[in-house]
Amino acid sequence: MTAPLTTEERKCLFWLTKIDGFGPLTIEKIWNNIPDKVSIYNIEGKVLKEKRLLQAAQAESFDIFRKYEKRQKIQEEYEKLKDRDIRFITPFDQDYPKGLQNIASKPMGLYWKGRVPDKDRPVAAIVGARECTSYGSQVARFLGKELSRQGVQIVSGLAAGVDGAGHRGALEAGKPTYGVLGCGINVCYPKENYKLFESMEKAGGIVSEYGLGIKPRPGNFPMRNRIISGMSDIVIVVEAREKSGSLITAEIALEQGKDVFAVPGRITDVLSAGCNRLIQQGAFPLLETDDILDYFGMAHGKMLRIQEKNQKGLAKKEKKVYICLDLQPKFIEEIVKESGLPMHECVGILLDLELEGYIVQEANHYYRKKL
Amino acid sequence: MFSRIYSAGTSGIQGRIITVEVDSHDGLPGIAMVGYLSSEVREAQERVRTALRNSGFSLPPQKTVINLSPASIRKAGTSYDLAIALGILGALGKVNLEPYSNSLFVGELGLDGIIKPVRGVLPMVLTAKEEGFCRCFLPPGNQREGQAVRQMEIAAPESLKQCVEWLRHPDNIKKEARVQGESLLCTASSEEEKDFSEVNGQLVLRRASEIAAAGQHNLLMLGEAGAGKTMVAQRIPTIMPPMSEKEQIEVSKIYSICGLLPKGETLMTKRPFRNPHHTISPQALAGGGLVPNPGELSLASEGLLFLDELPEFSSRTIEILREPLEEKRVTIARTHGTYVFPANVLLVAAMNPCPCGFYPDRNRCRCSSKQIRNYLGKISKPILERFDISAEAAPVTYQELRITKGNENSEQIRQRVEAAREIQKHRFRNAQISCNSQMSGKDLKEYCKISSTDEAFLENVYRKKQLSARAIHKIFKVARTIADLDGRPSINHNDLCEAVGYRSLEGKYWEEERL
Repeated sequence: MTAPLTTEERKCLFWLTKIDGFGPLTIEKIWNNIPDKVSIYNIEGKVLKEKRLLQAAQAESFDIFRKYEKRQKIQEEYEKLKDRDIRFITPFDQDYPKGLQNIASKPMGLYWKGRVPDKDRPVAAIVGARECTSYGSQVARFLGKELSRQGVQIVSGLAAGVDGAGHRGALEAGKPTYGVLGCGINVCYPKENYKLFESMEKAGGIVSEYGLGIKPRPGNFPMRNRIISGMSDIVIVVEAREKSGSLITAEIALEQGKDVFAVPGRITDVLSAGCNRLIQQGAFPLLETDDILDYFGMAHGKMLRIQEKNQKGLAKKEKKVYICLDLQPKFIEEIVKESGLPMHECVGILLDLELEGYIVQEANHYYRKKL
Repeated sequence: MFSRIYSAGTSGIQGRIITVEVDSHDGLPGIAMVGYLSSEVREAQERVRTALRNSGFSLPPQKTVINLSPASIRKAGTSYDLAIALGILGALGKVNLEPYSNSLFVGELGLDGIIKPVRGVLPMVLTAKEEGFCRCFLPPGNQREGQAVRQMEIAAPESLKQCVEWLRHPDNIKKEARVQGESLLCTASSEEEKDFSEVNGQLVLRRASEIAAAGQHNLLMLGEAGAGKTMVAQRIPTIMPPMSEKEQIEVSKIYSICGLLPKGETLMTKRPFRNPHHTISPQALAGGGLVPNPGELSLASEGLLFLDELPEFSSRTIEILREPLEEKRVTIARTHGTYVFPANVLLVAAMNPCPCGFYPDRNRCRCSSKQIRNYLGKISKPILERFDISAEAAPVTYQELRITKGNENSEQIRQRVEAAREIQKHRFRNAQISCNSQMSGKDLKEYCKISSTDEAFLENVYRKKQLSARAIHKIFKVARTIADLDGRPSINHNDLCEAVGYRSLEGKYWEEERL
């Protein structure tokens, strides 16, 4: 890391990230090859092209953005960030996640709201399918909660499904958690995560490579995934189909030299197929939270097993019904058949168990255990 | 010369006696019809004139004025043709109408003088009886319908010529006309093609249908396509108690007005099962038109209205159900009057849990939570809350599918349902209502007492599940019916639990995950 940037230099870098057609690699190349950063507006695109820093199209775009009005507009946007409590963090800043420094095409500027991760504590990414099973979201939530309780910081993509569940778990434990967006820093996507989004701004941090108001485009997400894995020391894949975004994240993580943990599943479950494949290819199977803590060499007191609730305190019949259940939702007729109890009695017991917090009614008359 | 004769029309589902006054005198030849007539009544002039000529009566060149009174009510339909024709003949002195002041003449005329059937004969004859008429001349095609009304002499002449013949020789009428006795009524046809014994598995749906039929509770069925939701719905009328004579007449009146009475049957003896397609318009569902006609809601009155694929119905159509479901009738207001149609339906609806239909089986369902919410969100909460029971249809296994016997049949279920209905009838003997689902807040306090431990339990449920006040009321009503089915005077813990189980829907699907 070099010396911190002056305000003027920071504005120049901000301007560079705004130019159409400029990726992080291009920006980094230019930045490192220009001695006097502040005078960058005075250089013609042609010159940079001759120096082989830009391609023809990029040089044209560069010249367009050099115009006064454009610069003025970008300047205004920069000022706007301050009003909204958004920070613009560059690789030359203290707060830039150290994991990102060494990845290929590191983001040259990150929009950041809320806290930044603690550099002394390990970071784990929890990723997985958006359309996950209830089992998947429970496991993600459990891992998020237990790991952050033990001091591991949780990073994920603030998406529906596994990602959101991981964040929720961490927040449940009362620990900060960090979400990386594939859209503008002030855009909440998906909308149903609005509450989560709000509470993470306060109790954690939200990061994006994209400026104000940028809509979520499918192309943004693989780019976002490189930040998720880059910020983390390990990546945990909870549920993933074969050929899915989560597997891309795992692949990027491996390229970046990060270790991947996968939660194994039944071979018949399509949503576990991706995880099982990862394990086959050499990922660590994640069997309990200790696996992660051991990996980080963290001392841990009590054994944290991923298991169902303590069955003590359940009446005999309640237990009979409870053991019929699974982490996957089960239809009431099956429960009736397996428990051997009459339907109306079964319904009563299930309701009691639900109210006591042992089980969850996933959909109408479908029940499952609660972790 | 002046003559007066009586005919009838319909207004809403009520028959209305119309007096046809005809006067014929010297002047510029022609016929003038007055009395707030719709175009089909105006056209009667041409039909009648031609029919008279083809029946062998010639009209002298005189000025004829026909008045349909009361003149302030709009008249529609073709039921006045016969009376108009006879009125003209009366005014011309060709037939003496004096002895027929207690007779009603209803029928459409063909150009050859044939008397054709019309709609709404049953309510007309019923009104005629109330008004003190003792004989009705009906088209042959409506004869059986008219005969459903007791102590009414029904004559059914084939043609205008025959009718005039009969009027000239009153003895003939006695020979031809029949008075209805007991025999034709209440013959609940025993052959019921559909039976619950054909439904394999589906314990939840079976139980839910039984409760729905016993307490007239609206039922919402969820489940993947092909699980048997429609099959169950079609069989629910078979476990409802047979209709009383009063109910049969009420239902038949509506069918008579719509011209939908089954051919060859006097009355509707089976409970109606209406299954409108989801493209139905709001007017077709609730009733509508310039002169309002009953809609599907009224056609299903006293029976079952089945809405398959509920989210596919337009939201306007579904929302229209709100008041009728509460009030058990449809009120349609027009500038010239307000029409009230009955709508005492048992509403049964079916829907998939998500666009693909497989949720919560995530191995097959790839719908995002947003898609699922959007799909279910098409049904508003007020409508949802009007379903007392929501039950899930389980996917059927092959083994279950191949079972051929051992299922309870409709007859057995119906006996339990009837027993429960008897209890309710006794309970509400002094009230305006007949079923548990119609209980008011006051009734709930009186008839749904629970123990203090259950009270605490229910409070717990109310808070944890974030139910609405209406939902708690529905839970009480359903629990009451469950207890009635068991023949128990008081509601116990299991009844409550089961009732709560049927209300799991709104909390689960319609709310976002709370952080």
